[in-house]
Amino acid sequence: MSCCAPGVEAAAGMAAVASPEEIRLASRELGGGLRQTDLSVPAMHCAACIQTVERTLGRLPGVENARVNLSTRRASVKWRGEAAPPMIAALEKAGYQAHLFEAEEDKVDPELSRLIRALGVAGFCSMNIMLLSVSVWSGADAETRQAFHWISAALALPCLLYSGRVFFASAFAALKGGRTNMDVPISIGISLAFGLSLYDTLHHGEHAYFDAATTLVFFLLIGRTLDHVMREKARAAVRGLVRLSPRGAMVERPDGSRDYLPVAEIEPGMRVLLAAGERVPIDGTVAEGVSDLDCAIATGESDPRRVEQGATVRAGTLNLTGPLTVVASARAQESFLAEMVRLMEAAEGGRARYRRLADRAAQLYSPVVHATALLTFIGWMLATGDWHRAIGVAIAVLIITCPCALGLAVPIVQVIAARRLFENGIMVKDGSGIERLASVDAAAFDKTGTLTLGRPRLLGSDRYDPETLTLAAALAVHSRHPLSQALAAAGAGLALTSSRFTDIVEHPGLGIEARQGDTLYRLGRAGWALSGEGEPAEGTVLSRDGRLLSAFAFEDTVRPGGREAVRKLQDAGLAVEILSGDREPVVADVAARFGIDASAGELLPADKVGRLQELARQGRRVLMVGDGLNDAPALASAYVSMAPATAADIGRNAADFVFLHESLDAVPTAYAVAREAGRLVKQNFGLAISYNAIALPIAIAGFVTPLVAAIAMSLSSVIVVANALRLRAGKPAKAARGRQTGRAVGGGNPLVAAR
Amino acid sequence: MSSLVFLVPLALLLGAAGLGAFLWSLRSGQYDDLDGAAERILIDDDQE
Repeated sequence: MSCCAPGVEAAAGMAAVASPEEIRLASRELGGGLRQTDLSVPAMHCAACIQTVERTLGRLPGVENARVNLSTRRASVKWRGEAAPPMIAALEKAGYQAHLFEAEEDKVDPELSRLIRALGVAGFCSMNIMLLSVSVWSGADAETRQAFHWISAALALPCLLYSGRVFFASAFAALKGGRTNMDVPISIGISLAFGLSLYDTLHHGEHAYFDAATTLVFFLLIGRTLDHVMREKARAAVRGLVRLSPRGAMVERPDGSRDYLPVAEIEPGMRVLLAAGERVPIDGTVAEGVSDLDCAIATGESDPRRVEQGATVRAGTLNLTGPLTVVASARAQESFLAEMVRLMEAAEGGRARYRRLADRAAQLYSPVVHATALLTFIGWMLATGDWHRAIGVAIAVLIITCPCALGLAVPIVQVIAARRLFENGIMVKDGSGIERLASVDAAAFDKTGTLTLGRPRLLGSDRYDPETLTLAAALAVHSRHPLSQALAAAGAGLALTSSRFTDIVEHPGLGIEARQGDTLYRLGRAGWALSGEGEPAEGTVLSRDGRLLSAFAFEDTVRPGGREAVRKLQDAGLAVEILSGDREPVVADVAARFGIDASAGELLPADKVGRLQELARQGRRVLMVGDGLNDAPALASAYVSMAPATAADIGRNAADFVFLHESLDAVPTAYAVAREAGRLVKQNFGLAISYNAIALPIAIAGFVTPLVAAIAMSLSSVIVVANALRLRAGKPAKAARGRQTGRAVGGGNPLVAAR
Repeated sequence: MSSLVFLVPLALLLGAAGLGAFLWSLRSGQYDDLDGAAERILIDDDQE
């Protein structure tokens, strides 16, 4: 799957690099001192990549074996020893971004192999039975026919028992819960067809429906397996994304010794050491150190926050510039992240009540069909008094109306829609998400990280004196602070001439300073960089010997395609609004730039959920698009939800759709595909019903032979599948495909890479 | 008719053998990495 691309890199750029301790913590014990670690390496795409990755990993000390799986873009490494080999660093050096993959989630999918085995058995049985049936239809004599019917019966039995179990189990579960679904009429149809055919074979009857019953199982299993494969592929792609919450942290004991502990074992009062670039694992207060925190994922604030001794920090924020010592104030179960999980659990429900289209159709369909079959039986009984003939015709009615087309009508469209979305870099977790997305009438967006990228950009870089900008960029290259990186990126186009600095020092929370001969340059907070009075005390400035050279203004980078995406949704009649945790003025500014009328800022996670519930009470169906930890409850409570690949882990898990590309165009694309899929599903239902309208009178009249049933059923299935293939939305995916195959370049800014 | 006595079972047997082979290959993980298998053929073994 070539979903490796831009979004994943952006995510990788933001995540902290796993330490050897974290790798060890995430590895799996294989016995005999052997450990296995799974790495996700999204940039692999050819034989040379396989070879490079396997050799790079294989050469590391302690590594026994490294094996790449190109389909899932993963490498599994078996290693020995106390400390984990520096796998991620080695791969980074070889040009591949890698991150840890959850080992415990990587079990072989039992459901898929069960479906494929059932499909294999059904295919074998139905094809052989069909072969025998063709001889019977073309006029085998009575003796041969009888023999063939017995062989068919012997082949149909394992097909029904083994492959049919998929439907029987689901139908039974539905009936036990007091509901019906599409599998109930399917199960009744195939078991009755088998029963009657067996009876007829025992009594040397002319007709047997073994072929119809087994082919039906085979066709329906194909649809079901494709559906499962598609969703599993999407889930695997989402699971392969970088994990943003840390697994553990370095804890300093009172005696000065250091231990790497899993997050769950960190107790309040423990001192946690955080290097620059690490995520805060638990809520706490800063005991030592000064730094800047990126809170975008946690609270939606776009500007980094300066923290020093005594400041409280929240789990999930990213430590940017300086090392910190944090005293834990709560256990992991009680920290911010856990609070979000609780809110999410409370918020879910609206979605659980949603009943899938196919099930609703089955609810209408099964009573009608079963009543028709019963009436046919009674009618034939009254007319002829021949109960065997009457049962035969009634069962023929059930077989001919057996919802082959209906059973395929929804899943086949969803498989094709999911595939189309996949090509556009959008992962669908569940088919019902497509159904729900098709019927939304409002959309709510988070701001930081969703409408914007949460990455600052220099405002109007041509307004500045190129020389000053070059100086600032040359200094900024040495810092990880987002504003520095924005400056460095802005200066990337200019020639970095003779800016040679010495004594470069970064002061966390303040800025960066360097010397050029006797001159002292400072880039950072105005209050720190400027010495004179009457100068601005706010904002980011570059100073020479304490005198202002230039002040810089930044804005949050708008997600590419954002404005067009919002306009497309508004044109489609959706009411769009912004729900953000950031400050009101910033939110209002972004809303104006996007042409969105309704916006709300400074919302707590629970406020977002409240707003969505209020909309739901008004009868609106809201699509929620968000990325942060603070959005996760809203994502779970919305009618349908989408998240970018850079979203927080729990947000990604709560969303129905995850889009991998940077462009926000994914939202209208997904909406268009879902709308068209909804239309095609309705057409398919129409086709299936009109097929029944034609076939049912023939069946009631008693003219249905096994040959007629086989032709009618295959024809209706083929028509339904062909109709589903007409899905056009999201088709010109050439651009997306080009980006997918493009070699991934390391995240961050080009200057850093060039150095 | 007499030829059918062994031809039909033979056909079924061959079909069943195919099914068995499929199930075996499925279990031994040969479908786990189809993209990788397609690319690995290009790697020279004797380089190392």
